[in-house]
Amino acid sequence: MADTAVLAAQTVAAKARPAGTALAARLAELDLPTGGFTRAARADAAARLEAMGLPGARDEYWRYTDPAPFNAPTADALAYTDRESTLFGGIDRLKLVFVDGRFDASASDALEGEGLEITTLAAADAAGDHWAADLYGKLEASGQKPVKRPFAVLNTLAAVDGVLIRVTGKVSRPVHVMYRRVALDADVTVHHVVRLEEGSELTLLETGGIGARSNVAMEVELGREARFHHIASKRADDAKVGIGHVFARVGEGALFKSFTLSVNGSMMRNEGVIEIVGDDAVAHIAAAVLGDGGEGRFHHDDTVFITHAAERCESRQVYKKVLKNGAHGIFQGKILVKPGAQKTDGYQISQGLLLDEGSQFLAKPELEIYADDVKCSHGSTTGALDETAMFYLRSRGVPKEQAVVLLVLSFLADALDEIEDDRLRGDILTRLDEWLTSRASA
Amino acid sequence: MAEQISDAIEVREGVDRETVETVQNMGSYKYGWDTEIEMEYAPKGVNEDIVRLISAKNEEPEWMTEWRLQAFRRWQTMTEPKWAMLNYPEINYQDQYYYARPKSMEVKPKSLDEVDPKLLATYEKLGIPLKEQMILAGIEGSGDTPAEGRKVAVDAVFDSVSVGTTFKDELAKAGVIFCSISEAIREHPELVKKYLGSVVPQSDNFFATLNSAVFSDGSFVYIPPGTRCPMELSTYFRINAENTGQFERTLIIADKGSYVSYLEGCTAPKRDVAQLHAAVVEIVILEDAEVKYSTVQNWFPGDEEGKGGIYNFVTKRADCREARAKVMWTQVETGSAITWKYPSCILRGEESQGEFYSIAIANNMQQADTGTKMIHLGKNTRSRIVSKGISAGKAQNTYRGLVSMHPKATNSRNYTQCDSLLIGDQCGAHTVPYIEVKNTSSRVEHEATTSKVDDDQLFYCRARGMDEEEAVALVVNGFCREVLQALPMEFAMEAQSLVAISLEGSVG
Repeated sequence: MADTAVLAAQTVAAKARPAGTALAARLAELDLPTGGFTRAARADAAARLEAMGLPGARDEYWRYTDPAPFNAPTADALAYTDRESTLFGGIDRLKLVFVDGRFDASASDALEGEGLEITTLAAADAAGDHWAADLYGKLEASGQKPVKRPFAVLNTLAAVDGVLIRVTGKVSRPVHVMYRRVALDADVTVHHVVRLEEGSELTLLETGGIGARSNVAMEVELGREARFHHIASKRADDAKVGIGHVFARVGEGALFKSFTLSVNGSMMRNEGVIEIVGDDAVAHIAAAVLGDGGEGRFHHDDTVFITHAAERCESRQVYKKVLKNGAHGIFQGKILVKPGAQKTDGYQISQGLLLDEGSQFLAKPELEIYADDVKCSHGSTTGALDETAMFYLRSRGVPKEQAVVLLVLSFLADALDEIEDDRLRGDILTRLDEWLTSRASA
Repeated sequence: MAEQISDAIEVREGVDRETVETVQNMGSYKYGWDTEIEMEYAPKGVNEDIVRLISAKNEEPEWMTEWRLQAFRRWQTMTEPKWAMLNYPEINYQDQYYYARPKSMEVKPKSLDEVDPKLLATYEKLGIPLKEQMILAGIEGSGDTPAEGRKVAVDAVFDSVSVGTTFKDELAKAGVIFCSISEAIREHPELVKKYLGSVVPQSDNFFATLNSAVFSDGSFVYIPPGTRCPMELSTYFRINAENTGQFERTLIIADKGSYVSYLEGCTAPKRDVAQLHAAVVEIVILEDAEVKYSTVQNWFPGDEEGKGGIYNFVTKRADCREARAKVMWTQVETGSAITWKYPSCILRGEESQGEFYSIAIANNMQQADTGTKMIHLGKNTRSRIVSKGISAGKAQNTYRGLVSMHPKATNSRNYTQCDSLLIGDQCGAHTVPYIEVKNTSSRVEHEATTSKVDDDQLFYCRARGMDEEEAVALVVNGFCREVLQALPMEFAMEAQSLVAISLEGSVG
């Protein structure tokens, strides 16, 4: 089914840019869907992407991360053992399985639940109208100002599948998106849309290996008094190269909380773009990162942009990175307080723990404030393990390896505390402990 | 416009000009008057001929002319940086004068006695009497300070030329060279050749490169090994001519084991048209030497609607080249319509130290984007940053800084604190720190806060009979105290009152 709008935009794109540019090469390798309800959004994305192009190494927003692996036309093949994620195994949840970025109905639970309306992007896009048309590519587009995020635009343009969730009530059973991959060079683009209606509540879990290269975008809209918890875990060999974007629009009195655990992966960039538009809302975004450069390159970039556009709102950014064997940890965070966003309480903490020489922590924690009655602060520290604490533990007979595990866990505690649910936090903690202990003895 | 008003008022019986001026001086910018003096200008604009002309006016040797031309050619290939959070109309670099000198300076005066009395009067009025044996106001009665400690040697720069330097002979006895840079190029070419451009290379950045091509004057300081400079040195920059850019270049060399404290002040008349100021300060610090560099920047900030003012694009950098070298930058930035300034420390020598204390106040339509860079290259290096930004009116104030710990800079430390204070809901305060840590044994801590003037503190002061402006000034002075304390005493007094004056009209 040829779509004139998309084709027109693509023709314009092809004409405006000489053949052989990075973007042209990148697009040439993609099988771009024409889209059903997403048609207009995809056409718009094509035009926007054409105008902004792909980022270069001299791009200020890419100061610490080389965009080359994301710009490359294809993904490098990556040896991988497919295994089912066991995280959150003991928790009653609604499982949605994506294999190489496509929904696998046979492996998933039925798409139904109380207070939930779930479908997949591929299924909905084959039909006509859909409620997600109001959001698909829309939050992404509004998140392009003032900083360009070309890979999010690319995602809107190229996404084949994803999950579309509309929440109308308090959903007690978490929705669990489980990624698996089969093809060694799977280059996956997934786009999720979540809308939480007034007073509704949802916990969304994300685990597993997405692809050899992944581009995941999630757009979340929180209505009045809605509550959204997002917990993602990224494992050692889950992705060789991955970029993710979370775009959230937080309404009045709503609560948004996102936590990501990353244990390796070689080249990751996670962007969080949160706009608080309703008064008295709360938005927290946190990550715990454990990077070991020994297994190949480790480069983990968290880039966060929180905009306060309403009064009496609270935002928190808590980022903790433990780095060793030449691992690179990046944090670029920003709190933007718009004129009139009075009584804002904004806080941001980024900390790097360097376990040995050769690792790097690079941070750019920014504040941009246009309202006077606000309380905004940020802190950033980088250093080695506290020798005094180490001495304390050792002098009480704790073996060195175990002492390191304890101190690392305590370093990460503030980030883990952002997970409200005890069971989920417990699972994450167990996973962390296992990972650290296995490394410590190795 | 101010002149017209004062003329109009003068007609009234019993009111003389002095009274009018006194009243005007109580307003926000008290250095806004100009000196009527015959000037000599180079033709407008900048090209290779102008560069040659400036070089010829300064009677420079061939190598210096070449150095300038090299910079100029480089500059033509560069583009103006746009990354700062500053918004100003496009600068037309061809629509201004690059060289302006009082006619009376055509023949270099041999001593201060020969300097045009009008020029001397200008500095007198600015509170910088170009007389020797002077004692600065505000520190009399500090009994334990020896009389000699109060002396301050001054190099006074008026538009494009140095008018005179005081205490030269006394300094020479200690081996200290303190003169204008044009004189140093003639008299001490070996030092200038060795160090000029060694900290801020010709091609460093757009504004520094322009400066390298067209700098007209500035100060030169050399402190010989093991010498503690017997008095504080200072440079006072005055822009007077209209449509004229000031491009001064300062080079300070502190040889092994020496010490110097250097002060810098600057003012300009009130004018409707913005003026460009692009300076370069280079400091070379050798083993065990220490330099303190303090600035009170009080260029004309433009009027309340943002008309006029100085566009201040300054490159300042200190190179702690050898072990245990130490530098301390202290700045009080209250003036300028646009401030683009990042005094930096290159901590190359082992155990070298860099400190940066800053107060930046932006009121009305002022915009400031300022901060520092601490580049740790040597082992066991230390740095400390304390920055206090205050925004009022419709001003925008940005702290932008870099702390970089290179892999070899093991066991190094940095502590950064940047606080912003907002007065009123029309202004902005921003923080853009870059923190790059590439070794594990170093510790870096960064803290930043943004808040408004505390209502309780204001109420406390008001309840004790202060008016609102006084109360705000007191609270703001408290907010800045860590930086004010780092200033030499002469400056601390001035800075404290400047803080209050700069915020006048920002409350209510």
